[in-house]
Amino acid sequence: MVNYAYTLLIPLIPLAVFLFLGLTGHKYKPIVSGIIGTLGLGIGAILSYATAISYFFVNHVDGTKLESIKAFEIPWLHITENLTISLGSLIDPISVMMLVVITTVSLMVHIYSIGYMKGEKGYHRFFAFLSLFTFSMLGLVMATNIFQMYIFWELVGLSSYLLIGFYYTKPSAVAASKKAFIVTRFADLGFLIGILMLSFFTQTFDFQTLTNPNGPAIANNYGTGFMGLSLITWALLFIFMGGAGKSAMFPLHIWLPDAMEGPTPVSALIHAATMVVAGVYLVARLFPVYALTGGDALHVVAWVGGFSSLFAAVIACTQTDIKRVLAYSTMSQIGYMMLALGVSGYGGHDGLGFMAANFHLFTHAMFKALLFLGAGAVIHAVHSNEMGDMGGLRKYLPITHITFLIACLTIAGVPPFSGFWSKDEILVAAWHHDKVLFIIEFLVAGLTAFYMFRLYYNIFWNKDTHYHHTPHESPLVMTIPLMILAFGAVVSGFLPFHKMVTSDGMAIESHIDFAVAIPSVLIGLIGIAVATVMYRKPGSLPDKIAGTFKNFYKWAYHKFYMDEVYLFVTKKIIFRYISAPLAWFDRHVVDASMNGIANTVDATSKSVRGFQSGRIQQYGYVFVVGAILLVLLFIYIF
Amino acid sequence: MVFNDFLTMRHELILVCMILLVLIIDLCVSKANKTVMIPVAISLFLIHTIIGFLPAQSGVLFGGAYHSEPLTVLMKNILNIGVVIVLLQSAAWLQKEENREKISEFFMIMWATLTGMYFMISSGDFLMLYLGLELATIPMATLAAYVHHQTKSAEAGVKFILSSALSSGILLFGLSMIYGTCGSMYFDTIQTAYGNAPLQVLAFLFFFSGMAFKISLVPFHLWTADVYEGAPVNVTSYFSVISKGASAFILIIVLYTVFHSIAYLWKDVLYIISIITMVVGNLFALRQQNLKRFLAFSSIAQAGFLLLGLLGANEVGMTATIYFVLVYIFSNLGAFGVVSAIHAKTGKENISDYNGLYKTNPLLSLLMMLSMFSLAGIPPVAGFFGKFFLFTSAASAGYYWLVFIAVLNATISLYYYLMVVKAMFINKNDNPIPYFKSDAYTRVGLICAALGIFVIGFWSQIYEIITSLAFGVIK
Repeated sequence: MVNYAYTLLIPLIPLAVFLFLGLTGHKYKPIVSGIIGTLGLGIGAILSYATAISYFFVNHVDGTKLESIKAFEIPWLHITENLTISLGSLIDPISVMMLVVITTVSLMVHIYSIGYMKGEKGYHRFFAFLSLFTFSMLGLVMATNIFQMYIFWELVGLSSYLLIGFYYTKPSAVAASKKAFIVTRFADLGFLIGILMLSFFTQTFDFQTLTNPNGPAIANNYGTGFMGLSLITWALLFIFMGGAGKSAMFPLHIWLPDAMEGPTPVSALIHAATMVVAGVYLVARLFPVYALTGGDALHVVAWVGGFSSLFAAVIACTQTDIKRVLAYSTMSQIGYMMLALGVSGYGGHDGLGFMAANFHLFTHAMFKALLFLGAGAVIHAVHSNEMGDMGGLRKYLPITHITFLIACLTIAGVPPFSGFWSKDEILVAAWHHDKVLFIIEFLVAGLTAFYMFRLYYNIFWNKDTHYHHTPHESPLVMTIPLMILAFGAVVSGFLPFHKMVTSDGMAIESHIDFAVAIPSVLIGLIGIAVATVMYRKPGSLPDKIAGTFKNFYKWAYHKFYMDEVYLFVTKKIIFRYISAPLAWFDRHVVDASMNGIANTVDATSKSVRGFQSGRIQQYGYVFVVGAILLVLLFIYIF
Repeated sequence: MVFNDFLTMRHELILVCMILLVLIIDLCVSKANKTVMIPVAISLFLIHTIIGFLPAQSGVLFGGAYHSEPLTVLMKNILNIGVVIVLLQSAAWLQKEENREKISEFFMIMWATLTGMYFMISSGDFLMLYLGLELATIPMATLAAYVHHQTKSAEAGVKFILSSALSSGILLFGLSMIYGTCGSMYFDTIQTAYGNAPLQVLAFLFFFSGMAFKISLVPFHLWTADVYEGAPVNVTSYFSVISKGASAFILIIVLYTVFHSIAYLWKDVLYIISIITMVVGNLFALRQQNLKRFLAFSSIAQAGFLLLGLLGANEVGMTATIYFVLVYIFSNLGAFGVVSAIHAKTGKENISDYNGLYKTNPLLSLLMMLSMFSLAGIPPVAGFFGKFFLFTSAASAGYYWLVFIAVLNATISLYYYLMVVKAMFINKNDNPIPYFKSDAYTRVGLICAALGIFVIGFWSQIYEIITSLAFGVIK
């Protein structure tokens, strides 16, 4: 067995960088912190690639199972005889894949930020937080047990809070960071309940034991527990709630669009490639448990994913803030991944969906990071997020234009770009499992192509906007990451994922199913064509169509009033009928009694002050009396 | 005695040699160069500490009067680490003009008391215990009166020697009755012979009062505040951390071994005393303005918490208590380190002097905050785990009410610990203590304390080591 203990360095280097920059960063020139952060991540990325190559290719014999290896583990807290919280690093196909994804995207974002954040206040703070975030995310994917994952899960929540609220003087950024934190934290409550339930029944936190098909989670039949579902299913549903919160699945998605208040590189890192796929990763990590305990929970995962992807795609068609379009597109794509997991079975070719979900996670990370960074370059050039302020930019930003176009073609599923391959696998998996879900995803594929090209044309074609300052292409330090990611977006579809990441570690057969591929490419092309007609040149057609579906358009534009629903429920119902009476009780009963106790304590402490007189005779007296009292008490009374 | 027997009691022997070495070296050093003694003494003690960690052999000497086993070695090592930190933190103060002449005395006296504590920990009969006790107490009074030209310091010395004479008298009275009823001074014999005859209960209670004096349990605590305030900061630190820690260790051993047969009795005693101690300690701590007095009462309250652990089931309770002492040593050393660093530079030691400290000395404030958090038991620092295990231990033995009262007291204590934090971070001050750079000794001392506060909390092996050793002791 190969010793992978060195993988421990991959998260520890960013941690060291975070501590170093956080404590001493302000002493150096800003650029130094950027370079230190980037170098740290660079080493991490190289180690990740080395791990991946060693794990998947060098030390793996074709046709054998990809084992899951505990590279390192120390027990941290013994809770009961059986239940121990450990800290360690787990090496298996999905964690190695995630290592590559996270370090790659994070490295690109680091390099890009050196240029993008130039001149910003708090430059070193930004890089310190980026490193903290990367550390948390790496710790999350390498966790050997579900509790360690939870610890890092919360760290991810915290560091994303810090990054979204990076512009802490801007009220909207502060509000957005709070919203993201509270919503995901609420979801994490479910996650914690799920963990406690699962560990209560199985007496373990360890992933290897949990996901072992003959292990306690799967082999023991816990029967029907509550409301017709087994208790394990309930635990899994609660855990999925945590995953849905981080991955912005309906109805816990409301934080994602607001979180675009953070600096654009942050959006690329957090909301494209890493944090939002944590939910997918969580389900994938526990996949054998989900798949082999009845599959009820998996059914929920599939439908939540399917619905979210459609819901987000419709909203994305109507948004005018380019980052929000991308945010909804992220939500939609993650819905795809969830759906793919949901329709998957365990082992062999049944596990196609599992493979497809991870495959899409990988390719999506590349092209979505590219889209966000491209959008960042555009915003950098025109100083606005609104589509209305853009147009005709292809002349000014040639490199951004080409890379953005590649990303759009990729996400639209045009062969031979990577998005085509991974999306096709998902559609095939859905087709074999549930025709309704397939049709939803099929429609979403068309919508995706449409709104992406609507975005593309509005930025780079359409009207020739007159700009105050002539927009200019970003510096090399920003365009090189774009080019690297574009390369990744093109070629990552050719990776032999079916041999690398499968539900049971065994390679599966994979081929193009033309009955699915041809229609899905066609609907993508139709979407692109419609967008071309409507948005390539300025015209009244889009407004006319919007007018025809006036009400529906308005609903979608306002994100189906989800924020308002939440506000109504929280402000009008929870605050007024639950919180207000509680607050009254708190002020008049709890606080009053506490104040009473505090006053009593205060008064008592004043009155006993006399004991401490400073006179040694009295001290001796008290001593002797104390001893005698004790004697009397214990000899005569007890 | 053969050579191997010497190895068994190497802690005591080496320390005595060190004292003699310091005495000899001091004679060779000219009056102008006395400060050289500081690095010499500290390095000598460091060597002693390191040797202490080498594998030791267990054994019984002097016909059972002295015994050494892994747990006693561990206790001595814990004390050694604490003393290293105390010494490091004292360096700046010792270098002052008025103390230069008697630097070596400081080390020799302190180590003499430490030798006494070693003997107490390792004692196998009450005679040895009593000898150790006096060896640990009498030089301590001279330490308290170290700055003899200051009335406060002299007063502290006198108060301490008088109070401890009284407590020793009562303890000795108790011991004589123990001998009278059991006919032996040896722990092993007494252990089997002890019952609940009134005279034996009386004897135990007198003995307990004497020990309670050392750990400053209420109502035997009144000397604490005056002595702590009057003695020099570093001596106070030694008093409250090392001396108290050692006495707690000894109480643990004696209660669990010698008085094992009347556990039901001493558990009731501890129950009552722990409640009174927590409550009184807290009530007085609320009102203190002087940081040394404040820490004195805080340490009284902490001693009340400590008793909770002893009430738990045997091994669990023992482990929890030793662990708590370990955590307490580091947390208190962190706090005293900051107080002594600031006192050495500015002479200030009131809480209100610390207003706005964060603005001028952020690192010191952070360490002080950590120590306060640890003393208050706020996660994730070590103090949280210390209290957590104590409460678990008491709760698992069924003392729910006691745990409840302890939790209430922990809440009250939070108030005054946070007062210090508030003073440093929130309160405004027009002329706060200006920024200063501590010398290398102080800094190393502070860093050690800070590391301890973190590492002990996170490194669970420490707890397991103590557990494994605790199982060996209880018969």
